Amino acid sequence: MNYDTETLIAWLRCIQERLAQERAELDHLDAEIGDGDHGSNLSRGFAKVAEKLGGRVSESPGALLKEVAMTLISTVGGASGPLYGTFFLETAKAMGASATFSAAELGRCLKSGVAGIQRLGKASAGDKTMLDALIPAVDVLASQGDVAAAAQSAQDGLAATTPLQARKGRASYLGVRSVGHADPGAASAALLFACLAQRDI
Amino acid sequence: MKALINDPEAVVSESLAGMALAHGDLLQVHTDPSYVLRQDAPISGKVAIVSGGGSGHEPMHAGFVGLGMLDAACPGAVFTSPTPDQIVAASLAAHGGAGVLHLVKNYTGDVLNFQMAAEILQDQGVAVEQVLIDDDVAVQDSLYTAGRRGVGATVLAEKICGAAAAEGMALADLAALGKRINGQARSMGLALGPCHNPSTGQEGFQLGEQEIEFGVGIHGEPGRERLAMAPADTLTHMLMEPILNDLPFHPGDPVLLFVDALGAIPLLELYIVYRAAEVVAREYGLHVQRRLVGPYMTSLDMAGVAITVLRLEADLQRWWDAPVCTVALRWGL
Repeated sequence: MNYDTETLIAWLRCIQERLAQERAELDHLDAEIGDGDHGSNLSRGFAKVAEKLGGRVSESPGALLKEVAMTLISTVGGASGPLYGTFFLETAKAMGASATFSAAELGRCLKSGVAGIQRLGKASAGDKTMLDALIPAVDVLASQGDVAAAAQSAQDGLAATTPLQARKGRASYLGVRSVGHADPGAASAALLFACLAQRDI
Repeated sequence: MKALINDPEAVVSESLAGMALAHGDLLQVHTDPSYVLRQDAPISGKVAIVSGGGSGHEPMHAGFVGLGMLDAACPGAVFTSPTPDQIVAASLAAHGGAGVLHLVKNYTGDVLNFQMAAEILQDQGVAVEQVLIDDDVAVQDSLYTAGRRGVGATVLAEKICGAAAAEGMALADLAALGKRINGQARSMGLALGPCHNPSTGQEGFQLGEQEIEFGVGIHGEPGRERLAMAPADTLTHMLMEPILNDLPFHPGDPVLLFVDALGAIPLLELYIVYRAAEVVAREYGLHVQRRLVGPYMTSLDMAGVAITVLRLEADLQRWWDAPVCTVALRWGL
């Protein structure tokens, strides 16, 4: 299975649709340990992304994801705007001008994106953040080229955030009170990979 | 939940439009990207002071735009930091050729967005310095959290740096001044009840009938602990003690005492807290030189108060007293 601009557009549309559907659920997760707007903020950003997708079919995947990055950075706000923006920006840079990618190649590009998030947010695995879903997912995708396995890793990573105590972001102020709740950033990250796998692309 | 809104998506933009109509003599409101600019900006040769953050803390920050304080403010969505393009546009519009000082409250989102904006501005040849405000002593464990939060010291830094900039202070000195203010201000707040986000319709947190959140953050972040309700004097004493011990302040220190209403707290009660706070300060041996009491940094409709104490040496006091003409603070004109 190869990924090109058309398949990535289908992926982004899936993300936008699922975020619109699950917005309230993500807000609710965020309300438990943050400020209750993660779904609303991301949904606003991806709605703007979807508006711009129509005329992009002729662009390279890298150019497409760069545009996605800039749109998210300028519409999402909060911490997730710069973090997801950086994810897509660094992924786009790693893609260069190539037109198609195998699943493993896409995984390696997304891995650069995750490294970008780590640099900007200065968080590590186990801090109860989006990285807990993203790191295992891109590791599996880059090494095995299996999107279904990557999506499962993201889902497992999300589930594993529940018993953790948050050490980054607004949830960290809860201290031990953050234990027992799944991290909303990890939930949106798992949604990204669920779309990559679910989509018959 | 009832709120005087039309469209949850338009809460911030419609409020800013109202502000533009009400205060067009002081400020201009720009959209796409959205920022609030001093009416007579840019001031040639003066360092521009720019701040911003999530909406819901009014009058902070847009209410502090004007002579002697901020040149521009960037309002984000409710409780969500502004985006880099807003900060860049505001900074460029305010830039009078002497550089831009960003006053940034220490929240992950604000820090990341201001950092990205600063990189873009520096690429365009604009000199930028940033001062991080993190005065909330409620956060004890800075190592395993996002660090202390920026609260009341933000208002004081905006006023004092604004006055020094109006006198012609250079960018590097202003950054040092901002850091000095942050370094000698300490704050803490408490909530009797949660705030309600008009954009999401959600309650920030839930408290029992006789419970308070002690050390609450201005977005409803949890504080040190949940305690039983107590008389105003007792609660005020409990807020003042960690504030005074943290710096620590010393007997004989001149201070500015700022008692802030977080939203839904009547002034009637706020002054009861102020009275208690000044009594505690005097008993500690502090010389209260200047006072600020009122809703200057709010948290939507949160029922609560926050106290900030700033050590106020003579130079800071002079800048505090300097003329200011904004929506929320106006004196010395």
